Parts: sequence; C-alpha cells; structure tokens
Amino acid sequence: MKKEISRRDFVKASGWLVVCFSTASLVEPFAMAQGPFDTHPSHVDPEKLDSWLAVASDGTVTAYTGKCDFGQGMFTVQTQLVAEELCVPIENVSLIQCDTSVTPDQGTTSGSRSTPTNFNMQNLAQAAATAREALVGKAAQRLGVSVDQLTVENGIVSAKSGRHISYSELIGGRHFNITVSSAAKRISPSEWKVLGKPVPSMDRVALATGTFEFVHNVHVPGMVHGRVVRPPEIGATVSSVDEKSVQHVPGLIKVVVRNNFVGVVAEKQWQAAQAAMGLKVTWKPGPGLPAQKDFYDYLRKQPSHDAMLVNSNDVDNKLKSASRVLKATYLHPYQAHGSIGSSCAVADVQEHHATVWSATQSVYPTQHGVSALTDLPLESVRVIFVRGSGCYGLNAADTVSYDAALLSQAVHRPVRVQLTRQDEFISENYGSACVIEQQAGVDVSGSIDVWDCKTWTASLGGRPEYERPGNVITGMLAGFAPETITPQPAVKPTGNLRNGNNAVPSYVAGCVNGKCDGPGSIRGERVLTHQVKSPFFTGPLRSPVRLQNTFAHECFMDEIAAHIKADPVAYRLQHLRETRIIDVVKAAAKAANWDARPSPKHDTPSSGIAMGRGIACVAYEGDNGYAALVAEVEVDQQSGTVQPRRFVVALDCGPISNPDGLRNQIEGGVLQGTSRALGEEITWDDRKVTSIDWQSYTTLPLGIQVPNIDCVLIDRPTAKAMGAGEAAITLAAAAIGNAVFDATGARIREVPFTPDRVKAALSTRL
Amino acid sequence: MTAISLKVNGHVHAVDVDPETPLLYVLSDDLQLRGPKFGCGLAQCGACTVLLRGRAVRSCVIPVSAVKQEEVTTLEGLGTPEKPHPIQQAFIDEGATQCGFCLSGVILTAKALLDENPKASDEQMLEAMSNVLCRCFTHVRMMRAIKRYQRNRA
Repeated sequence: MKKEISRRDFVKASGWLVVCFSTASLVEPFAMAQGPFDTHPSHVDPEKLDSWLAVASDGTVTAYTGKCDFGQGMFTVQTQLVAEELCVPIENVSLIQCDTSVTPDQGTTSGSRSTPTNFNMQNLAQAAATAREALVGKAAQRLGVSVDQLTVENGIVSAKSGRHISYSELIGGRHFNITVSSAAKRISPSEWKVLGKPVPSMDRVALATGTFEFVHNVHVPGMVHGRVVRPPEIGATVSSVDEKSVQHVPGLIKVVVRNNFVGVVAEKQWQAAQAAMGLKVTWKPGPGLPAQKDFYDYLRKQPSHDAMLVNSNDVDNKLKSASRVLKATYLHPYQAHGSIGSSCAVADVQEHHATVWSATQSVYPTQHGVSALTDLPLESVRVIFVRGSGCYGLNAADTVSYDAALLSQAVHRPVRVQLTRQDEFISENYGSACVIEQQAGVDVSGSIDVWDCKTWTASLGGRPEYERPGNVITGMLAGFAPETITPQPAVKPTGNLRNGNNAVPSYVAGCVNGKCDGPGSIRGERVLTHQVKSPFFTGPLRSPVRLQNTFAHECFMDEIAAHIKADPVAYRLQHLRETRIIDVVKAAAKAANWDARPSPKHDTPSSGIAMGRGIACVAYEGDNGYAALVAEVEVDQQSGTVQPRRFVVALDCGPISNPDGLRNQIEGGVLQGTSRALGEEITWDDRKVTSIDWQSYTTLPLGIQVPNIDCVLIDRPTAKAMGAGEAAITLAAAAIGNAVFDATGARIREVPFTPDRVKAALSTRL
Repeated sequence: MTAISLKVNGHVHAVDVDPETPLLYVLSDDLQLRGPKFGCGLAQCGACTVLLRGRAVRSCVIPVSAVKQEEVTTLEGLGTPEKPHPIQQAFIDEGATQCGFCLSGVILTAKALLDENPKASDEQMLEAMSNVLCRCFTHVRMMRAIKRYQRNRA
C-alpha cells in the first residue's frame, strides 16, 4: 500500500480471496468463495493506528473492528484480544463493530476468517500491540528509563523504582498519529491473562433478560413500516400492480414498485402486513422449475464452469489396473439458513444521505449496494451493523437492507422492514445443492492407490460484495443482474493447491506442479469441479460446499474401509500424512473410546434398534482448522429414525482464544449439522418453492433427546490462529452417515437422512 | 383504531391500535419492548413468547384485543440485568446463549412448565419444548440451564 491504488485494485491484488486461493478466481468460480475477508483501504485507513484504537482521557480504550458478532462470540473474544495486548482490564475496553462511518473496511465477517484476520500478526491484534509499544515508549521518555525497565499492568506503566504513569496521562484523548507496526511484538500466549481464558460471552446478561438491542428493536424517530411482496414463483415478473386494491387499508402511505420489486409502506406494521397481503399484483409467470425428483440428474447435464484442482494424469490407468474399484455418488440438497428471526432492517434514505441499520455481515459491501440502488454517492451512505438473529452465512439480512433502502427512498421517511417467514424462506440464498461422484482404486495390499472425484454445484448470485447488488433477490428485482455461470472447460491446475472448498479429499497428496500440499498420501488423484447455473439464488451457508464435499469424501472413505474390512480410524490414518489432522483423528477416537473393528458391526440385528459409531475428519478449507468427529447413533429400523446419542469432537484451530466460546460453537455446530443431516431440505414444485415455514422445512426443536457432546480442544499456542466456527458442522452428516452404516450395514448417500430414505437404504441391504 | 388498555410487566399502557393487531406488534412497536420477537408470525418457533395468566403463549397470533385485562409478562418483565430472575440467572451461569434471539420462547416456555409442574419429568420437559426452536442449536446448554433452574427452585 505504499503507492496510491484504488480500493478495487487493492481488493483484487491483496484480499484474502487472492492470498488464500491464489489465482483461484481464474479457475475456481465465484460463488464458492465466502466473501472478501481482509482489510481494505477506505476513508478509515487501516495503516493508521488511530483507525483501530483510541485511549480516552479516563484511560478507557475504544477499539474499532470490521468483524462483528452474530452470536458466534466475536465481540467478547475481540474485546479479550484488545485487553490482553494493551494490558488493561477487559471492562475498560469498548468495542465498536462494523459501522462504515468509523470502523475499518474488513469486508465480510464470514468464512471462519475473523480469527485468522484479526488475531494474527496484522489488523486489530497488531494495532493493539503497536499501541502498547507506543505507550511504553512514551512512558520510557517521561520516566527517563529504558523500555526494558518497564512493566505494564491495568493501563499503568511502571518502572522498577516504583514510579509509574498511566495510559490516560500518556495519550488520553489524543491521537497516536502513528502507523500500525508489523514489528510490534505480540504478548506471548504463555503470558496471557485474558486471552485464552473462558471469559463468558459479554452479551449473555442482556440476552437472558430481554434487554439486548437487535436490529429488530431499532426505533428511529418518524419511523414507519414496510413489507415486501415477492414474486409468487421463481422468475415471475410484474405485469401490473393494482394500487386501488389496498387503498382502504388504514395507515397506508405508499405502494412502491421498481421494476419487479414491489413493497408497501404504512404507519404501523400490522397495516403494512395487511396491505402486503391484500395488494393485487398480476405477475407474468416464471419459466418454471426443473422437477425436484430428477434434479440431481438435471444438474449433471447442464453447461458448467469447470475447474481441475488436482490431476496426477494417471488416474484412468490406475483405475484400470487397480485390484478393486469402488464407485459411489453422493447427493446434497439445497438448504436454508433459516434464521430464527426472519430478517429485518431499518433505513433512513433522505435526499442527500442515507443511514441503514443492518444485520449484514458486510457493512462496506452493503454500503456499495445501497449506493447503487439509491443512486446516492457512496460517501453519503452509512451502514451501521446491529445484530440480527444468528445468520450462519448469507441469510436475508443483505436483501432486507436493500428492501428498507428502496422503501425509505420512496417515502422520504425512515422505514423498518420485517420479512415474513415465507419471504425469508423463498428469497434467501440457499446453501448449494451438490452432486459428488467418486471412484477409487485399491491395490492388492488394500491401500487406496487412486481417488477420482467429480462435483456438480448449483450456483446463482451469492454475496453482493462491492459490485453485485443483483446477487440477492431485491437487487435483482430492482434491475441489477446476478452473477451467473459462464460455461468454461477446466484447464490444467497451476499455482498452489486450492482447497478452499474442500473439494479435494483429505486422503490425496494434493500435488500441483510437483508441490504436494494435501494432508493425504494417495498419489493417483483427480478432482474436477463443475459449477452449474442454479434456478434458485445460492450463497454461503455455514461451511458452504465444504460440508457437502466432506460428507461425500468421508462417507466414501468409510465405504472403502468397509470393503477392505479395515477399521475406519486405522484406515484413515493409513492414508493421512499431515500431523495436525492425524492428531485430531487420534484424539477423537481416544476420547470416544473407539471400538476398533471394521464396519458394519458383525452382530447387527436386522430389526429393532441398532447402534453404531462413525468417524469423519477434515482439514477445514485445507488449512484453516482441523477437526474430527465421532458420532454414536441409534437407528430404529422399523421407523427409519436416526437418533444420535453421543458426539466426540476433537478440534485444533491453533491458539485457543476463548475455550468456552469455542465449545459453544462446536456444540451448536454439531447439532446444527445434525439437523441439516437428518431433516433439512428445500423443496419445490414445478413453479415455486414449497418449503416456506417450520412445518414444511423441518429443524430439530429444543424438545429432543440432546446427545452428549464431548469436546477435545487441542491448543497450539504458537501456531497461526485459525477459524473454528465451521469445522465441526462440516463433519456431522458424514459421521452420522457412517455410524448408521456401522449400526445397520445400510449406506445412505443422500442428505437428509429422512426416515423414508433410511428405510429404503435398509431394504436394499444384502 | 381503538383505544386499548394493556397491562404489561406491572405497568398499564394505553394504545390506540386496530384491535386485530397481533399482541407482538403492540409490544415491540408501540411499547418498544425487546423481549418478544418476530420469528415466524405463525406460532411455530416461539421467539414471540410471553406469559399470559402464567401460561406461555405466542404473541404473534394473539390479537391485542383478546388480552383484555390479563397481565402480560415479557422476558424483560421477569428480572432485570441487575437482578435477573433465577431462570434467567441459570441461563447466564450456564452460558446458554449464542445469538439469543429465541430466548423468550426457551426461557418462558420452560418457566411456565416448571411453575405449573415443578417436578416435571424429562419427558414432560421435552414435550413442552417440542415446538420451541433455537437455530444456533444451543440445546446442550439451554437444557442444562433449565435443569439447573429446576434443581434450584426445588
């Protein structure tokens, strides 16, 4: 950043997207990426220390972050980070999250990238370390001693003589006026007093007492209420809107139509709801939808954007000469984020400026989107993050922010928009449907010699990022095009191994240009991905595509082990060479008291309740956390229901910043993964989505026999800080599927494992 | 629009609304309470739960006019951040929150059950919670918190 470059150039040149995936954008299509993660220049210059931290005249510290908390604990743990690096009590730190007027542009809070971005030698952590060194340096001058004679505690710098000076006296209320130093030394994990400790989440009291302010609770003077009227079927467009049909609704302020965007604004929410329900809109029908029952075949036949991630060029020969070849195809449906609260936003769009209160994961990208939608200059739009309900990725928070902006602009008043449950279900960006087809060749000794994997992933739209408001439904309805698939054949893999989507199984060597970065040892390898245009919007859903791929790889690994009559743990270890993934597999197996033997159980009863155990493991995104999961399940062979009884998770995300927060994420992740594995699936008929509420889209309620979840946390204080929010969920479907096989001998290759599917699989047992 | 008097968390409020307005909208928009929240509007998830005559009900489907003279208690009416109700304290002690949006449904449904049946069995507990949703799946800690409250109030 020495020379002047535009923000867009910078994003293209140095974002995580590029660092992580290298030249991935050339061959690995857009929608798989979770968003721009790293820090970008904006009017809040990330090179300046004052952009990150301020010490007030009373000595309290305010820190500014572009990574926000949705319930995953980022608020607490970033507060711990700042307190630790500055040697101040945690109560003395205020954290300002994600506000385009004051926080640095850190892109999107997603992708298990907040910890890597802000807890390593850069950004917030480095700013705090720089500030501490600067303060100690100033204290040395003031006290007339050398820096190494000084210690810091509770914001007071003390010399051995007993003389001391406070942060408040050193800088209180004034700017640092220095740049963030890459040479500033971080506090060593061995000396941590706040970071690394199980600090309880700082919002829990407000949450439990109903006093926490969600975006749903934002009230702005003069605020009125909006509702949207979405197309009743996919691809339908507005033919005409009969405004008279709702003229009788009391309090109605305006019917708003912009291209295919339709909404209403009224004084009160109930009035807006009635107007939205009553408004007569004549829609031109959409093109219709491919039949759901044949959808996976349909996906495989569509034009696609292809990428070859690894290719040892000997796969076909190796498969021909293999002692045995196994093949299997795995299927994963579209799934919803299904946030418990349907999305809400408040916007106040005036003639020359706009403010949006939004639960978006991406305040700066949303600022760009609102600017494009309202034609206001970028700098006149302020987006303030206010937490919504848990999002788990790109739920409807972005699109409802656009809704609020469009409606507010039309009525020149602040407008709060609450989506209905149906709006949320039909207009969010689903987690992608995937087909994963694999074959493996085994040599005479029983080792896997070659692994061949092809995937088809449905994709449309995605994160709007900075330039694509059409990637979510409101933007598209208002006239902006979504990003779509440009069919393109695969080219030879180049650069480094790109496994950000976990498309490459953990057991292959992952060799590109002679450099083998995969965690496995199998040399015969080929992974070809196909991106296919989706009829529905898609976007990142917790462990996007990584979960789908891992489900397929880990179940297939289990199939091969069963075929060889090998123990699933031992057989995995036989094909792994990276220490950290080996360690999590061993740790999970040990803590689960793993019953080492081949699957299925030899004494499997063919009726009644059967019990079994299964394992799965992952190097998340190739190098962003390591996890293994053992599932113990009961299968009712009469009803086809699967009941997990126990989970054991081992997880290594480098240095652990907050073990309590980490356990909370693991527990929630495993159960959310269980819900997705057992019941969640978007459904549709020939024209529209039919999973529109909590009856037609099933989720595991509180009232279930909650399985025990044991966590083994592997702390690596000196390693790089990695992500931790998505590794556990990635493994649930695979571990449960493998446990069902162990219990019954029936292999289920399609998520969700509904009772009907389980019974169908049971009926095909040999 | 009709003038309606509503007793909520110990205070009487006068509101001027369409009597068909769901109670939830009055609580969150007119009274600006933060506890009950719009989750589905269909009585399927529990996020809008309030206590009415000591029973947990879904305020998203109850017309405000149906409340009449009954006192409504919302999550913020149980205790305060300074002095949380024991069931709120149990959730705080167990760290039983992630996003926390569902807590009205979880806490008030459990409280209503245990007020009526302090010795509720595990089965009765599961039955009571069978249509309460938490999409962060904080189930382990939430059920632990409810059990803690049950033990402590015995």
